[in-house]
Amino acid sequence: MSIKTEAIGKEWPATTYEVGKEKVGEYARVIGLDNPVYFDREAAKAAGYRDVVAPPMFCVVYSAPALAPAMFDPEVGMNFAAMVHGGQEFEWGEPACSGDEITTVAKCLEIFEKDGKGFYVFETRSTNQNGDEVVKGTWTNIVRGV
Amino acid sequence: MADLNVGDSIPELRVTPDKYLPHRYAGASGDFNPIHIDPEFAKAVGLPNTILHGLYMMGLVARSATDLAGSDPKALKRLSVQFRGMGAPETEIVVSGTVKSVDGDTVVIDTVAAQGDNQTIRNAEAEVRL
Repeated sequence: MSIKTEAIGKEWPATTYEVGKEKVGEYARVIGLDNPVYFDREAAKAAGYRDVVAPPMFCVVYSAPALAPAMFDPEVGMNFAAMVHGGQEFEWGEPACSGDEITTVAKCLEIFEKDGKGFYVFETRSTNQNGDEVVKGTWTNIVRGV
Repeated sequence: MADLNVGDSIPELRVTPDKYLPHRYAGASGDFNPIHIDPEFAKAVGLPNTILHGLYMMGLVARSATDLAGSDPKALKRLSVQFRGMGAPETEIVVSGTVKSVDGDTVVIDTVAAQGDNQTIRNAEAEVRL
């Protein structure tokens, strides 16, 4: 067993994503969501949102770019050919709305070996322009045969 | 709004993604991994064909959870899933679940997404504020 663990605790540079109304609508249509709060500004405001609101799982759109450099970091050293996305958790806070500028920081939480597999666990924390936490993500990648 | 008790089943969500759904999800999400959109690439890396994005199926699990709260996005507070089987386009996905706990206005739902006997997402836990 020779899994590298020196990247545990490492953080990567923040990325910023501006949420756009049409991008939210595009995502909502693909998932089959039809609540007008995802498409119509007035409907969103009537429901108490500042603007068209993003579906919860739209968080992957604005948080994944922060994770990309972590996944490809040689210090992490994941073998992509044998990697699967094993698990995912999100905890949502303030809703993300069109016009929000969301900043995400990725961190390596854990790297460990179990049953011949490597587990690589990353955290992303996304905050909006007011400093409110929008979502916290925990991403688990599993690499066979480490 | 549904009055839910421990052990209750939630309404099933049934969706059959068409052949090009992974292309549209790739565009919407920015995840253009070729295993989802290029049959030749998928077969070259040992897959039977292109496979669905796991996060697309997680999106359907999130949809079934928010449906419990009148489709209000802010009702979903937490969602945790394990990806197990691979999902295929042009095959019906059934998202089903049961109420695991109720605490005031917050319910925790145990959810599974499956294509026939193939459970693509299991041990999914959704915390929803009704």
